[in-house]
Amino acid sequence: MKHEPVHQGRLKSPFYSRLESLDTVNEWHQWKGYSSADQLYCSDTEYFAIRNATGVFDLTPMTKYRITGPDALDYLNRLVTRDMAKIRPGRVAYAVWCDDNGQVIDDGTIFHLREGEYRLCSQERHFAWLKAAAIGFDVTITHETDEVAALAVQGPTSYSVLSKMNLEGLEELKPFGLMHFDFQGKELMISRTGFTGDLGYELWIDPDKAEALWDALFEAGKLHGIRAIGTTALDMARIEAGYLAAYMEFLPADETVRTGVSRSPLELGLDWLVDFKKPNFNGRRALAKEKRNGSTWRLVKLDIEGNKEAHHSYIFSNAKARGGNIGFVTSAVWSPVCKQNIALGTVKTPHGKPGDTVWVEIYYQREMHWNRKMAKATVVDKPFWFPPRRGATPPGPY
Amino acid sequence: MTDKYDAIVVGAGHNGLVCSALLAKAGKTVLVLEANDQVGGAAVTREFADGYSASACAHLLYQLQPEVRKELKLSPKLASEDMTTIALAEDGQHLRIKGDKVKGVSDDDARQYRRFRKRMTRFSDLLRTYFNKPPPRLGTKNFKDLLTLAQLGFDIRRLGKEEMQEFLRLIGMNIHDEVTERFESPLLRGAISLDAVLGTHLGPRSPNTIMTYLYRQAGDHGRTCVPQGGMGAISEELAQVARGEGVTIRTSMPVKRIVVDNGRVTGVETESGETFSSYTVISNADPKRTVMNLVGAKHVETGFGRRIHHLRARGNAAKLHLALDGLPSIKGLDKKDFGQRMVIAGDEHYVERAFNPAKYGEFSPHPVVEMTFPSFRDESLAPTGKHVMSAVVQYAPYGLKEGWDDAAKEAFKQAVIKTIARYAPDIEERITASELLTPADIESEFHITGGHWHHAELTLDQFLFVRPVNGAAQYALPIDGLFLCGAGAHPGGGVSGAAGRNAARTILRREKAV
Repeated sequence: MKHEPVHQGRLKSPFYSRLESLDTVNEWHQWKGYSSADQLYCSDTEYFAIRNATGVFDLTPMTKYRITGPDALDYLNRLVTRDMAKIRPGRVAYAVWCDDNGQVIDDGTIFHLREGEYRLCSQERHFAWLKAAAIGFDVTITHETDEVAALAVQGPTSYSVLSKMNLEGLEELKPFGLMHFDFQGKELMISRTGFTGDLGYELWIDPDKAEALWDALFEAGKLHGIRAIGTTALDMARIEAGYLAAYMEFLPADETVRTGVSRSPLELGLDWLVDFKKPNFNGRRALAKEKRNGSTWRLVKLDIEGNKEAHHSYIFSNAKARGGNIGFVTSAVWSPVCKQNIALGTVKTPHGKPGDTVWVEIYYQREMHWNRKMAKATVVDKPFWFPPRRGATPPGPY
Repeated sequence: MTDKYDAIVVGAGHNGLVCSALLAKAGKTVLVLEANDQVGGAAVTREFADGYSASACAHLLYQLQPEVRKELKLSPKLASEDMTTIALAEDGQHLRIKGDKVKGVSDDDARQYRRFRKRMTRFSDLLRTYFNKPPPRLGTKNFKDLLTLAQLGFDIRRLGKEEMQEFLRLIGMNIHDEVTERFESPLLRGAISLDAVLGTHLGPRSPNTIMTYLYRQAGDHGRTCVPQGGMGAISEELAQVARGEGVTIRTSMPVKRIVVDNGRVTGVETESGETFSSYTVISNADPKRTVMNLVGAKHVETGFGRRIHHLRARGNAAKLHLALDGLPSIKGLDKKDFGQRMVIAGDEHYVERAFNPAKYGEFSPHPVVEMTFPSFRDESLAPTGKHVMSAVVQYAPYGLKEGWDDAAKEAFKQAVIKTIARYAPDIEERITASELLTPADIESEFHITGGHWHHAELTLDQFLFVRPVNGAAQYALPIDGLFLCGAGAHPGGGVSGAAGRNAARTILRREKAV
């Protein structure tokens, strides 16, 4: 048996050299073993690149599994709650997967690369669970995080940027579609997916061609305000889009110790992803029961008065905080583009129906002194940011 | 066209037969499908050489539950009853153990043994009560479950403070520590150790071997019998009772799959392509085969499938049958002693050493043996004047490193015969034919995954509330209408009928509740 040395320290993404040369603030964190930038110069500027031009985010540390074999479809259909038979080759599905108790392990995207060949992407690692799910199925699961370099290219000018890269047919690519192109003799896969709720693409390529792709992309984007971005800016955008993040809106169920701290898809507003017409999938029995008896929690999008960000706030049903809290805020941000004080939170049912008024207890510091404010908040139904260009095919130039 | 039944039982093992008979008795139309051409599963009598027959797997009856006997009005004819266990000594100074009496040891040992038996009997009686009801579920608010659980707690408490402490101390402990603390006689220690580990992948030093010892006693206080006509006679009688209740039994009908539609069973399909419909299917097969082969992983959820997949069920007990042209001679034994049960287990270390190679995928060069000469009391098993030896021999691991090919089987057979020959030097000359069934053979011939006596190892993590696994411990699998009724379900293996009876009662009770 050949022993490969265990890598010590942080891994560097194939785009590291490019990110490093743009970096001015040296603020990095660790994402599944990789160095990932919080910000490269200024998170606000980077945020505005996403919303007004094009932001480029290094997605390489995102967990990627290749799923192939005769039973791949059956396997995925048992794994996730939605019906994967409807996802044709060349399409991408946002999906959520649960344990037997119907509690969410993670959410992610499943790319139907070619007939019977899939890639599953998620923030967290799930090899043990995916292997356990493969017992009795003729499938091969390959962990390919390190073998695929990936970039998110997001923002209103993203199509204009990519259209300069000689990618024939890209204008026809619909949201949640994917296409294969040739890039300097290697296959470049482009999907119209993202984490910003706007027009955007994700680019997937062999790590050998990562730097060349980066250079070509930035050359093409020179006149379109292209900028590399870090996680802080991306996180602002994803809250505006109303997207969930593991360890923020939910804990992976297989990581929890106590009962009652995980969440079901129904409790995360993902009812539309749960297809009870499928005869069997992980969590089906538990979720059917939950559907009959009602859920404990509800995910809410909050439009909060004022401009004080409601980080970690308790949520109450009334301004006087009588009757104890009904939940708490999981993600909060001042949305520059919406000019709204927004948050995602989790509240106990029956509270938190769209249109309901709730109260958020915000603590904020002013010249060292702490202040408390009960801010009125409205539960909203739609994402805070949902521009029409996100769904337009072909996307217009900017 | 498909035939429709109230219930279909997959496999005519003794538990499947008990279950089907009880369901039919309650007015159900029941079909039993058996893969082999004989009913009984592993409880059959087979001719292994011209004119010589033996119980193929289980050869001693000691656990048939009185409840089963009573409800089905069974009255098996016994060739031997309440057998003495003779712990063989090479020098002829054998021990004779019967009930709470042991002959051939010091007064101290005899006294200790009486005390030991008294305590073990009390504990096994307690367990026996719970073997005859579905185990309570943990963490539910179901009244019946809570009541059973409270009753179990109360029954343990009612043993009295000291005995309760002893029970809780002993239940997870190994038999080795207990016998070495109590007894001087190596043979006595060996014989008790052997009783604790027969049919398991455990040695005397393995945890919870006191529990397996208690399990063995929990039928008839450890009294062993041999049915007239071998173990197959019990199955035949059960089949007759079942047929009398209106059960249809079809042999040579291997089931290919259990049909599941939208989360519930709708029937079964046989290898020959016939389908039979029923909204209740009860599998007498082991849990792994039932879920992974007959149902298919895609019909269960990942966590449950993983638990079933990881069930420990590596058989380690082989069966050796010898056709003899006459009884061998054993120093210190009379001819009449050949009607008794003999064990070869010099002391507790001998048993543990026999187990050691099994941990590494090798068979024991010096195996432990439990042997009987059933033809001594039952002339139907061998030609006149000739005899049959039937022995359970350990350890012969299912996952033998080099695989159970003919050479490996021959080598193990010789090791067993050599071991027996140390006590019966003329045995080799008497052998005219022989048959060795390794766990691999038991798997292929009786369709038991891993060839394990109990379908799933009898250990605390696969016992009672969690047998075979969490989520299937009350006979119902997480597919509507699908149940287990075999040894893999609570309480476990052995010809007891408890699992079959409990399963039938569970099904009938659930129906009433709807």
